[in-house]
Amino acid sequence: MEKTFAVKDTMDTQTLEINIGPQHPSTHGVFRMNMVLDGEQVVSLKPVMGYLHRNHEQIAENISYTSSMPYTDRLDYFNSMSNNFAYSLAVEKLANIDVPERAQYIRVIMAELTRLVNHAAVIGFLLNDLGAFFTPVLYAFREREKIVDIFEEVSGSRMMCNYFRFGGVKLDMSPAILTRVKEIVKNFPKFLDEFEALLTRNEILCMRCQNVGVLPPELAVSASITGPMLRASGVNYDIRKVDKYSIYDRFNFRIPLGLKGDVYDRYYVRILEMRESLKILEQALDQIPATGELVSKKMVPFLKAPRNFKPPVGEAYGRVESPKGELGFYLVSDGTPQPWRYHVRAPSFINLTILEDLCIGHKVADAIVILGSIDIVLGEVDH
Amino acid sequence: MDIADVKSKLEQAFPGIALRPVRDTLLMENAKDIVKIAQFLKDSPDYQLDYLSSLTGADYLEYLEVVYHLYSMEKKTGPLVLRVRVKHDHAQVPSLVSVYRGAEYQERETYDMYGVVFENHPDPRRIFMWEGFEGFPLRKDYQQEDSETLEMEDIEWLEKHGIPVPQDLSAKAEELKKLGRRAVAQKPGQPEPE
Repeated sequence: MEKTFAVKDTMDTQTLEINIGPQHPSTHGVFRMNMVLDGEQVVSLKPVMGYLHRNHEQIAENISYTSSMPYTDRLDYFNSMSNNFAYSLAVEKLANIDVPERAQYIRVIMAELTRLVNHAAVIGFLLNDLGAFFTPVLYAFREREKIVDIFEEVSGSRMMCNYFRFGGVKLDMSPAILTRVKEIVKNFPKFLDEFEALLTRNEILCMRCQNVGVLPPELAVSASITGPMLRASGVNYDIRKVDKYSIYDRFNFRIPLGLKGDVYDRYYVRILEMRESLKILEQALDQIPATGELVSKKMVPFLKAPRNFKPPVGEAYGRVESPKGELGFYLVSDGTPQPWRYHVRAPSFINLTILEDLCIGHKVADAIVILGSIDIVLGEVDH
Repeated sequence: MDIADVKSKLEQAFPGIALRPVRDTLLMENAKDIVKIAQFLKDSPDYQLDYLSSLTGADYLEYLEVVYHLYSMEKKTGPLVLRVRVKHDHAQVPSLVSVYRGAEYQERETYDMYGVVFENHPDPRRIFMWEGFEGFPLRKDYQQEDSETLEMEDIEWLEKHGIPVPQDLSAKAEELKKLGRRAVAQKPGQPEPE
């Protein structure tokens, strides 16, 4: 008698649903990822956010224009200067305010120093996610401290700077501070070389990052991705070049572009962007006029009485190239001291749209790295 | 971007379409037109508006508005601002996710804050507020609860569960109930009358 055995040549597998976050060191804040895994591979991933939601927009609609300025610092708390910059630009468009020459240069210097801080720190954190526990971060933070000290000296605060005013900046930069900025700019390339010697050709970094989380340029454009992430996919779009806002048309700098759009390109584009920022800083420090007004004459009376500032009825959309991408403010004025509508176009929130597309098919550990390479700050994601 | 030029091009392409310039933006009288207009502007070689920078809502008391800021990454031009207006009680706008993937989260945010329902959205859920949250916080008639004042319902719930309630809190709740009011928080910094 013949015996038959029921042997299947395939094995049944079950999917497993897991949560990463909200309290997890590699989610960069209170961010949750709802993952479905098949073995170790990501089948589906749903981001869950809103743990830090405080309805920034509603609060800003109930207070005067000037009062929102310190609150914009809390959006992307790593880059408060860029947030100030975007908000001032939007209000200046709305009320048609000019900015004096010296204030323009100070603004650009601050914005580019912020970019150095952000990119150095985010590369450090990316390496943390890769398992290079805290060595690169501490290298980056050593440099960050020097720049943050400058922020403290000009604005009184290390992170929540609240430094910009409509039509100018709050305080002047003394010659002593300018000399220190020059020194930082002179020494920063040494740090970058050292950083790159450790990382760029590092075999582990290359193996973990290359061909991981590839973002095709068509998807990047369609999904409104901006900032270094977009440029790593090879799309040449930098708002500093496109809009030429403030005085960015006076500087000679280039836009680094990636070839593949993987995590490694995002890492390397950030390194190159820091080098370009240094070029802008060098030129700005050369060209900055020795003296000059800090706030446009039109806005001086409103510094002491901010509630008297009533922009004319209308709307404006001001945007800057913040280190994370396009940071935009959409304002609608009804002629009263507070905005009728105040909207923040937060780059790290919108850059998360394609997180699932990037992670599907990769391993859990890669999903962490991909999230790290997007560069999110939860203050901004959650408004 | 020249609004009159865009308007005449669109009227040529879609005869009978209702467009009205508002400041330097273009208002679509019929919200249903937004998808075909966006697709046209994205594909047309004259504009190539391939990048939806910002999508948001606004409450103008008589109507809700959805505002789109479109740019072209290819041609480095923009913005072209489009807007649609819908009534509060049937706020329905077709979703743009099929044209611009970047609309996905921004539409969810607009739904969350203003209650504009985006038709054919792949994942129409709230994004910041929790499931089961009632109301739309950015509408102008939204009233925020005062977390420090208790209402009669809260007091009854607490007493049912055997939790002692201080006298002053229950007195306040009774007073509110008599007046027929809810415990509503004051807005921070309402403008002082001049």
